[in-house]
Amino acid sequence: MDMKVSKKKLGLKEKYKLMTRDLGWEPTYHSKEEVFPYVGYEGIKIHDWDKWEDPFRLTMDSYWKYQAEKERKFYAIIDAHAQNNGHLNLTDARYLSALKIFLQAISPGEYAAHKGFARVGREFPGVGTQVACQMQAIDEIRHAQTQIHAMSNYNRYYNGFHAFADTRDRIWYTSVARSFFDDSMSAGPFEFMIAIGFSFEYVLTNLLFVPFMSGAAYNGDMATVTFGFSAQSDEARHMTLGLECIKFMLEQDPDNLPIVQEWIDKWFWRGFRVLGLVSTMMDYMLPKRVMSWREAWNIYGIENGGALFKDLARYGIKPPRGWDDAEKAIDHMSHQFMLGLYQWSFGTAFHSWIPSEDDMNWLSAKYPDTFDTYYRPRWKHIKKLADAGAQFKNYGLAKLCQTCQLPCVFTEPDDPTLSCHRETVYEGETYHFCSDGCQHIFENEPEKYVQAWLPMPQLFQDPIKGDLGEWMKWVSLLDGKDNGDYAGSEDQKNFEAWRGLATTNQ
Amino acid sequence: MAVAAIKEYTAVPRDLVANFHGKQLVYASWDRHLLFAAPFLLCVPPEMPFGELVSGPLSMLVQADPDAAAIDWHSVAWLKANQPWVPDFAASLEANGITHKTQLRFRTPGLNSLSAA
Repeated sequence: MDMKVSKKKLGLKEKYKLMTRDLGWEPTYHSKEEVFPYVGYEGIKIHDWDKWEDPFRLTMDSYWKYQAEKERKFYAIIDAHAQNNGHLNLTDARYLSALKIFLQAISPGEYAAHKGFARVGREFPGVGTQVACQMQAIDEIRHAQTQIHAMSNYNRYYNGFHAFADTRDRIWYTSVARSFFDDSMSAGPFEFMIAIGFSFEYVLTNLLFVPFMSGAAYNGDMATVTFGFSAQSDEARHMTLGLECIKFMLEQDPDNLPIVQEWIDKWFWRGFRVLGLVSTMMDYMLPKRVMSWREAWNIYGIENGGALFKDLARYGIKPPRGWDDAEKAIDHMSHQFMLGLYQWSFGTAFHSWIPSEDDMNWLSAKYPDTFDTYYRPRWKHIKKLADAGAQFKNYGLAKLCQTCQLPCVFTEPDDPTLSCHRETVYEGETYHFCSDGCQHIFENEPEKYVQAWLPMPQLFQDPIKGDLGEWMKWVSLLDGKDNGDYAGSEDQKNFEAWRGLATTNQ
Repeated sequence: MAVAAIKEYTAVPRDLVANFHGKQLVYASWDRHLLFAAPFLLCVPPEMPFGELVSGPLSMLVQADPDAAAIDWHSVAWLKANQPWVPDFAASLEANGITHKTQLRFRTPGLNSLSAA
């Protein structure tokens, strides 16, 4: 019989050192520059990679163990949700529009973040950085998968979920998120870290996930809530990585400050435009609302963001350039965007609707200075057209912003009755923008943004050549099923019929 | 500023006029009439007379606004590329200097049924 030999267990600190920092050997066959060719060209100067702090000290072996446990719990709940017809516990099937937008526009962003972190984990020379990026890369692909799995149950019963990958690639309202991630993935490793690690994960993530996950909880979507809990502990690590990265850059060399500031300005504004989608979910799409977009901004934007930039002021960092313009837009953007989504709903793979009288009263209470003055009259007119049997459809399609790729739905910062028109000429071609923020980003790197793939102009080029029916096939949009007004949709009819079966004796 | 890159960076714009099969993009918007959420994107041939652009696609698209019937197209004030401008209705878009991706705006003071004054 073998005798048990008691092995000496490694301490946490020892283990971490062994499994991370000790992997950072000095190359001898090739120069460091050859092994890490992308780390210098952005102009960021690093003198000592060992100064990178990794407060979590998580090693891969404990990472696997920990995540596997979470996955087991997650899939148990997803199974139970599917088996017990969890979809009939929703407040209302209108809620699904928020979910569809999330699946089409945001979940693919998790996958993009996975690719990005896998890449920068290879491109950064520091071992602490490499390990942290590697873990985040695995987190992000798990998030993409678990979100898709959590929502796939709805695809068995409802329209608009069946072709999210085509929607992500080809439809128009997702390109704001797609271009955000494409822009970051085609930047250097340090800019990527500011874009995703700092701007997205630190500054914007609460504005994105809190309304989404709380919205799911308020509206009876246990599948999505479960995903939220599963991802939450990862997010804390991601936020730390982003903040550590920015502090590391700023502490390594004073020359890094202006570069970092420019990136913060850029990625704050790009992220703010992505949040345009979120504002419509919060103010219009959740049947049971969590809070208004304005209230969320006050907490997560002004209070939390304000505190963060106060903290970074000791490095010389100023609040992002677009901060004041963002504040001016808060009471308008969800209404401006939702009016657009409704009038172009023939081209959306989710439903929208005219807000009810109750909804409009809620909106005027939450937006006392803007809703009744500017937006209620438009909705009332659209309601009048619908009541007369002529649903308002704007077949004019829309001018898109060259930078954020959203339709130019936003108004002048100081005049909510006038759309914001901005344009510039670069090498003989005219380019249009939704805002000063987007024009500024373009002018810093015009060579990059002239290549933007803009969905609406694309509709008139090969292979579609302006044929709306062909376009619908190309984006995998089923006309009369996925698109249009919620009122009278298959989703509405089915949900009401099934719920009726579940809750009455008819 | 130029984009930071490890080697020479060449870029080809995706929306060159050559990609539109003899047509071009023209953007048009009706100032202070925000029932229409964004400027219209029109894809039209450069030989089209300006008057036809107005009486055709533009008039059709603005119909949903309650002020549409009251527009007197010959007295509206026009902007081209955000500068005041007077069109020649009989001449083509090209002869009017309306090139690919030109933004036109028009203003109808006094007509503002849905707009806060």
